[in-house]
Amino acid sequence: MKISHTALRGLALAAAASIALAGCAAAPAEPTATPVDYKACMVSDSGGFNDASFNQEAYAGLQEAKASLGVQTAEVESPNTATQTDYTSAVDSMVAEGCDLIINVGFALAAATRDAAKANPTVNFALIDSALSNDDFSPLTLDNVKPIQYDTAEAAFLAGYLAAATSKTGKVATYGGMLFPSVTIFMDGFKQGVEHYNTAKGKNVKVLGADGTDSSKWAATGDFNDQAKGKTLTEQFFAQGADIVLPVAGPVGIGTGQATLGKKGTLVIGVDSDWFGLATHAEYKANILTSIEKKMAKAVLEIIQSGVDGAFTGGDANQYVGTLANGGVKISAAHDVAYPAGIQAELDALQEEIIAGTIVVSSIYKK
Amino acid sequence: MNKVMKEIFSASTLNTVLAVVASFVFGGVLIAFANENVQVAAGYLFARPADFFMAIWNSVFGAYDALFRGAVFNYKLDGIVAMVKPITETLAYATPITLSGLGLAVAFRSGLFNIGAPGQIMFGAMFAGWIGINLDLPFYIHFPIAVIAGVIGGALFGALVGFLRATTGANEVIVTIMFNYIAALLLGWLLKTPVLQAPGAVNPISAAVSDSAKYPLLFGEQFRVHTGFVMMLLAVVAVWWFLNRSSIGFQFRALGHNPNAAKTAGINIGLTFVLVMAVSGALSGLAGTTQILGTEKFLTTGVAASYGFDAITVALLGRNNPWGVLVAGILFGGLRAGAVTMQASQGVPIDIVLVVQSMIVLFIAAPPLVRAMFRLKAQKGGAQ
Repeated sequence: MKISHTALRGLALAAAASIALAGCAAAPAEPTATPVDYKACMVSDSGGFNDASFNQEAYAGLQEAKASLGVQTAEVESPNTATQTDYTSAVDSMVAEGCDLIINVGFALAAATRDAAKANPTVNFALIDSALSNDDFSPLTLDNVKPIQYDTAEAAFLAGYLAAATSKTGKVATYGGMLFPSVTIFMDGFKQGVEHYNTAKGKNVKVLGADGTDSSKWAATGDFNDQAKGKTLTEQFFAQGADIVLPVAGPVGIGTGQATLGKKGTLVIGVDSDWFGLATHAEYKANILTSIEKKMAKAVLEIIQSGVDGAFTGGDANQYVGTLANGGVKISAAHDVAYPAGIQAELDALQEEIIAGTIVVSSIYKK
Repeated sequence: MNKVMKEIFSASTLNTVLAVVASFVFGGVLIAFANENVQVAAGYLFARPADFFMAIWNSVFGAYDALFRGAVFNYKLDGIVAMVKPITETLAYATPITLSGLGLAVAFRSGLFNIGAPGQIMFGAMFAGWIGINLDLPFYIHFPIAVIAGVIGGALFGALVGFLRATTGANEVIVTIMFNYIAALLLGWLLKTPVLQAPGAVNPISAAVSDSAKYPLLFGEQFRVHTGFVMMLLAVVAVWWFLNRSSIGFQFRALGHNPNAAKTAGINIGLTFVLVMAVSGALSGLAGTTQILGTEKFLTTGVAASYGFDAITVALLGRNNPWGVLVAGILFGGLRAGAVTMQASQGVPIDIVLVVQSMIVLFIAAPPLVRAMFRLKAQKGGAQ
């Protein structure tokens, strides 16, 4: 007991001293700026806002809106064991907090968004990465819900072409966290890009992890949390001869990045945001070939802006689909990994052709 | 290990309450530290000290006020429905947590450390879900069959552990932990096959449970709390009666107190192991049915949430007494319901609630710590 009291006293002293040292700054002036009377709110899925990927990118848009538009914000981060009940109560609590616009990140929140939007027709909603559907999976459109979706296949196509051109072993690989449509669209576009390279150059680069046309049988780790599984699966791909891996699994992809440190000459392709600039991926940034970016922050900011201006439009007819053409998706500029000679020019040309429609990357957005 | 467990479970009610209080105090300290306004105000503490203390008060009071508004009564909203909704949310969350906690209390009282509640909940949900989705029957047949199927699913998965313990001596802690993986991976796989996956679904999700198999709602469409809550209250009474008044319950407790003495007294130890785990699993299976037939309505890989592990804490906090488990279960339900509002309205990270829960475990597992903090005398016979 004695010891612990002394220790406590010591701690208190230390704390007081640190406050004393830190506490000498001048008091700031009372704030004077008048904020905009508009509340934009966001609910994450089980990945959380610091997933160095999908949720984080959307959250950056909300933060930007707070700084540049002066809107009030609120956010709820769902626990990584979130159930439908948790999602529903998260969205309900946002309604109770008086939000004008509630942005829900991820397919998992589709049902919660639908129910809350039906019950609260005066509140606007945006749903990232999913459209609405009824309980029997038939499509549904509501005037106060704007789906935000991404034709990621277009950017993944370019990444696939680049990977095929860069691979020394003639084998590249991809895997998902869970095989949701918003995940397989990356893998599918990547595969099409590799095939385009093979046709154009008369090569035979193989894609591991995405065999056949049935995307439900492609490689997956089974969740969006377990980095160890991502590492193991990547090491298996390396053992089978692949030297470039595209993980479409949020933070699980960190495992792939770490695996590239264990085998010389192997590379990773990032997803959702430019991994090269993120601290989470700094350890292996020299091995990042490129990243397939979904510019969610931009779309989020635009939608909040439209809400502030009173110009929010919902419904499927007004849904936002990010493409190469509108800058909603892109691949990152070259960083540490040198591209083979002439490839950058070919990628630029391909991008122009996709935007012009002379090359069609098939996906659920264009069949 | 047994000695440690006895010490943990013998903590007095006062100790338990103080452990909860201490956890909230520590949670408050963390909330204040993590608060931006407090950090900013600490920077000019000596220039305007009142700011610093106001910021602390605002952050801590604001957070716990929001917790209260999210878990009990939201006085800031208009309309009685919106105001009382939080307490019904708490009860809806408390239903599976308490049921599963009861199951674990039965096992712990019988000396079996069952860590397999997550798997047993999943099995209950899978069995009940399959019946609820695929059969087409009138309510008064469909609903009972679905619930009973869930109970059987949980009981079988639990009994298997008891059987392995009885016949091979396999340690139930390790077996139940491994069984959690088996249940989770099996569920994940079945959700990708036509057995459970909804026709036309691309994602691993089942079709919706038919209305005829759902727990009827208690207070209408606006509230999520359903008759599973009533079932849970009945289960509390039943478990209390079972453990304290029935002869099998006596055998369970005898096994927990001293297996050798129980054996000498003529109790069939092996059979009792199986029965204990079956009862424990059945209650977690019932918890699974309240999830799938009550609040979730779809089977997904996340159907068990973290309830199976929360239930361990709830059983511990309730000191393995059914009434105690009920109180602890409602507390945990409230924490889960209120955490969301705390974050939505005050920006307090949802993890604070996890910290509070974890501190509760720490304080209960270390009674001398709580006694030292509050200067209580050691209990007679308690380890120091």
